[in-house]
Amino acid sequence: MKTSQDLTFHDRVVALTPGGEALEQCLQCGSCGGSCPAGADMDHTPRGLFAMIRAEMEDEVLRSNTPWYCVSCYACTTRCPQQIPITDIMYTLKQMAIQAGHYDHPHATKFSETFIGFVEQRGRSFEAGLATRYHLYHHPTDMVRLGMMGLNMLRRNRLPLRPKSIREVDQLQAILAEAKAIAAKETYR
Amino acid sequence: MTRQAYTYYPGCSLQHRSHAYESSNRNVAQALGFDLVEMDDWNCCGATEYFSLNRLPAYALVARNLARAANEGADELVVPCSACFLNLHKTDKQMAQYPDLARSVNQALAAGDLHYTPGTVRVRHLVEVIISDIGFTELATRITRPLYGLKLAAYYGCLIARPDSIFDSTEHPTTMDRLFEVLGAESVPFALKTFCCGGHMAQISAETGFEMIHKIVKNAAENGADAIVTVCPMCQLNLDVYQNSANKLFDTDYQVPILFFTQVLGLALGLKPSDLGIGQEFVDAMPAINKISEVPPPKPKRERRDKQALPMPVMPE
Amino acid sequence: MSDKRVGVYVCHCGHNIAGTVDVEHVAEWAWGLPNVAVSRDCQFMCASLGQDMIEEDIREHGLTHIVVASCSPHMHEKTFRGACERAGLNPYLFEMANIREHASWVHPHDKDGATDKAKALVSAAVHRVLQQQPLEPLQVDIRPETLVVGGGIAGIQAALEIADAGFPVYLVEREPSIGGHMAQFDKTFPTLDCAACILTPKMFDAGAHPNITLLTYSEVEQVDGYVGNFTVRVRRKARHVDESLCTGCGTCWEKCPKKVIDTVFEAGMGYRTAIYRPFPQAVPKYPVIDTENCTYYQTGKCKICEKFCPTEAIRFDMEDEYVDLEVGNIVLATGYDIFDARRIPQYGYGRLANVFTSLEFERLTNAAGPTEGKVVLRDGVTEPRSVAIIHCVGSRDKNTNEYCSAICCMSSLKFDHLVMEKTGAQVYNFYIDMRPIHKGYEEFYHRILDEGTQFIRGRVAEITDAAHSPEEEGKLIVIAEDTLIGRQRRVPVDMVILAAGLEPRADAQGVAHMFGVGCGDSGFFTERHPKLDPVATMTEGVYIAGACQGPKDIPDSVAQGAAAAARILGVIFRKQVALEPIRASIDESRCSGCRICNTMCPYNAISFIEELSVSRVNPALCKGCGTCVAACPSQIITGAHFTFEQIMAEIDGILVDVHTAPPEHTAVEAV
Ligand SMILES: Cc1cc2nc3c(=O)[nH]c(=O)nc-3n(C[C@H](O)[C@H](O)[C@H](O)COP(=O)(O)OP(=O)(O)OC[C@H]3O[C@@H](n4cnc5c(N)ncnc54)[C@H](O)[C@@H]3O)c2cc1C
Ligand code: SF4
Ligand code: SF4
Repeated sequence: MKTSQDLTFHDRVVALTPGGEALEQCLQCGSCGGSCPAGADMDHTPRGLFAMIRAEMEDEVLRSNTPWYCVSCYACTTRCPQQIPITDIMYTLKQMAIQAGHYDHPHATKFSETFIGFVEQRGRSFEAGLATRYHLYHHPTDMVRLGMMGLNMLRRNRLPLRPKSIREVDQLQAILAEAKAIAAKETYR
Repeated sequence: MTRQAYTYYPGCSLQHRSHAYESSNRNVAQALGFDLVEMDDWNCCGATEYFSLNRLPAYALVARNLARAANEGADELVVPCSACFLNLHKTDKQMAQYPDLARSVNQALAAGDLHYTPGTVRVRHLVEVIISDIGFTELATRITRPLYGLKLAAYYGCLIARPDSIFDSTEHPTTMDRLFEVLGAESVPFALKTFCCGGHMAQISAETGFEMIHKIVKNAAENGADAIVTVCPMCQLNLDVYQNSANKLFDTDYQVPILFFTQVLGLALGLKPSDLGIGQEFVDAMPAINKISEVPPPKPKRERRDKQALPMPVMPE
Repeated sequence: MSDKRVGVYVCHCGHNIAGTVDVEHVAEWAWGLPNVAVSRDCQFMCASLGQDMIEEDIREHGLTHIVVASCSPHMHEKTFRGACERAGLNPYLFEMANIREHASWVHPHDKDGATDKAKALVSAAVHRVLQQQPLEPLQVDIRPETLVVGGGIAGIQAALEIADAGFPVYLVEREPSIGGHMAQFDKTFPTLDCAACILTPKMFDAGAHPNITLLTYSEVEQVDGYVGNFTVRVRRKARHVDESLCTGCGTCWEKCPKKVIDTVFEAGMGYRTAIYRPFPQAVPKYPVIDTENCTYYQTGKCKICEKFCPTEAIRFDMEDEYVDLEVGNIVLATGYDIFDARRIPQYGYGRLANVFTSLEFERLTNAAGPTEGKVVLRDGVTEPRSVAIIHCVGSRDKNTNEYCSAICCMSSLKFDHLVMEKTGAQVYNFYIDMRPIHKGYEEFYHRILDEGTQFIRGRVAEITDAAHSPEEEGKLIVIAEDTLIGRQRRVPVDMVILAAGLEPRADAQGVAHMFGVGCGDSGFFTERHPKLDPVATMTEGVYIAGACQGPKDIPDSVAQGAAAAARILGVIFRKQVALEPIRASIDESRCSGCRICNTMCPYNAISFIEELSVSRVNPALCKGCGTCVAACPSQIITGAHFTFEQIMAEIDGILVDVHTAPPEHTAVEAV
């Protein structure tokens, strides 16, 4: 068996993605890059990123903004002629970038973290809390614009002020804690 | 055939910002004669956020719902939100496909005294349930107020079309278009019917998100749509709430209301707009609804064949 | 049994086997198997050294049975049987153990396991060969007639080669005329010569050749028999035109009031009448009535063609006829179908008017086509000012077909040239990899580069009419990543041509089944050996040529047509072939006459002898499939070379303990 030290960056990306072995089959055809609705804002196209993974350019890949612009729409995945699970690879790269501590697009992680914070605490997401907390911490200047939006949402009865919670939060938290413990073991860093 | 009752997973959005969807779902279900029974103590599916942070807890979060639904004895779980649908469906599918993943997920579930055997619960989207289980023929008999004259753009969005289509085609589905025709409405050509609404982009990188929203609204408007019809609270939120921000960015003034499919279906079943949560949208839907006419629009004349033109492709099925 | 002396030969096959299986050890161990008198390993058994070794050992050591452990019998059974025969041993006293495909290649990461498996396979072969009996091949006469199925360029070539050598050929073609796809083209790559100019003379020769019987508008319905003696039932669809009277003057189709879209020859781009001849150079020149569309057959009224025909050749009462042919050999040259581009909805074919397929474009650019060669948009008048050509549509894609269609890079280059020449439009080619691989092809690519086509490396993601900017309004927008600069591009054009891939014919499976040939993963007919025997099939006497074997261009199709003809001529000149004597036989003294086997036999080789009330196998028809052997409730049918004893011995052999130590053995002594 290979230990995590023996694994190349490429191998680690593959190992952390269900069905990731297909990455080795990439034809560099660009169907993914052409299909991505957010492709214009990415510093590398998905295809480019896969070539860089092959070239073991770990640092550049994990600093790329590409995975953070991925909107999880699966357009690339369904069109890839080699049936590579591209969207899932983007999730893997985001995770690896967070663990490596270098990603140049903190908005997305902060948003995700705030969102998940509520979920882990209560088992449900909480829109009003999410918006205020995320923007207050990370984009205080946006609060005015957001305030207007929030008011409009409120007026239409679309923004609850009290967060909801599931009944068996304990059960959920136990499951998530265990999952994190397992994940920590399978992560190669 | 429809069942009397379906186990139902509403998802967080329907609890707050997409109330309208929840009330129209419930009232339409009642009108069509089945119950949506909310499963006990379900939790958030993690949307697109959790998978970015930590893969295994993300699967475990979703799997808790599947395991609890299975424990309730459900063999099907009906989901109205495309993002929830995808996460539940994908977790079930990948656990079946990758035994290692299933093992780790179940190890985590065990900490909460749960276990899930992939394949136990069939995850279905509400729109597919209504169309497949009731069927167009039966639906046609239930229509009391046909939506004559209303031009609708069928917006499928991403996650019911991809990665696994619940309808005919991942790229160019037409099943919902057929539904609208059954309701008496007209379905307009809509090239961007499966183009992404941007998901969380509107919040984390506004311009990227607004551009995607703008493309969709523009395409529908240019094809003459009175409204865009969605099957997902996230799509509705983006296209509706941010439509004016997108307008501002591109210096346009589209005002295309964004409705849920159960809202238009409910109208055709004779339900009142207020029972369907109509009025909660940012872009007012009433001007579109007021266009509905009592009489069917005249049948378009068959165009005569242009002598010079080459025939459109006919290929054997 | 003691007088039997077995020779075992274990082949290294270079590294193919020896890289995984410990062949020396297998050979040492085999000394311990029953009656083994010689056991050796050898670098390449199929080389003359290996064959000579077998021959010498037979002579010097009095070997009575031979086992070679090497590759598949498909590959070299014949070779080693030949060696036995040359040394005076009956070739059916030879057995092969496949330790390459069945051991080393399938277990590359498990050397010990593969070696154990090889030992078991060798043991099985030794046990079995001891039970084998000498058999004599059946000699059968070869009929000199050949059946060619499919009158495209490959079939025409095969037919002409055989006919020119002086032997009769039946050329069966499903459509009203021979010619195949090539007849639809205007120019052919890489020389750009006119397709009609080079094809028409060959079609004419085939039509006029005294040794060729053309059966057009016909299909094979049933095939029986075996190499040298096939009987083939052909259905001649009713033409409704008396060929002995018709002069092909054209009055009928000029007068016919019923117009339909021609989806075959015009690829849906043009119209034809209900009575029609697909194209002016058709061979034969006679029209047919398409009864599905003819007004008379639909409503009982019309018969205008009959009124106007100057020679009274129209026959509304004509019916399908069956002809039975007796032939010695068969060539399948049924060609390909073009990929249905609607299966890739994101390319908009069938939805966006100005998206065309390559075959449609061929008709568009053809001087005899619906626009008389003018390259125009679907409206029939507007010339495009910009055109995008999309490669690999339905090829190199696991969602459709994984294989490369081989010809579309070149046909796309041809289109680049034709579009520019005829319209001066700017042309963009979207490709993944450029594959101009034959003689003169790369040079053709350079010529097109020179002419100013823009090549964009990237597989197209989608084609849409949803404009995002004023310059995109009213255009088709081709969206792709330009992979050489790593950026998304949106290229607005007037016209898109999809280089649709080549697929097996829709009915390929059925045809393959009828003629007893296989279809590979891709669905094309399977050749006997992909490198060394590309035109023969697993069924003796049935050959394949042209695009039915796999995507290929005209030069390769012609080469295969000629190659199949050469193979058949060789057999015809030999006048006889030897058939494997692997046949079933019935022990008539114990046959109860239940007749169960009669209906089971897929080749109708078993008949019932009323007087004796027993069943009997006709060895010439029997293919040795073994169905009856398994079916007989009295277990009294035996398959020669597959007897009960042989199979049980093989099973006993495979179950021996392979972990015993190799025996001490005396050096080979001469007898
Ligand atoms: C758009 C396009 C452009 C091309 N351009 C070129 C070019 O410029 N140069 C070049 O070298 N190659 C070109 N090719 C490739 C070329 O078409 C093929 O190499 C060639 O046609 C193969 O010939 P064939 O005889 O094997 O098959 P086909 O041409 O397909 O002929 C097969 C014949 O068999 C008949 N048939 C099929 N099934 C049956 C049946 N069951 N019973 C009886 N008859 C049957 C068919 O009706 C047909 O007449 C092009 C291909 C395409 C798609
Ligand atoms: S679409 Fe698939 S094969 Fe093509 S470049 Fe992207 S990942 Fe590679
Ligand atoms: S020949 Fe060229 S265009 Fe055709 S499938 Fe192969 S690579 Fe693609």
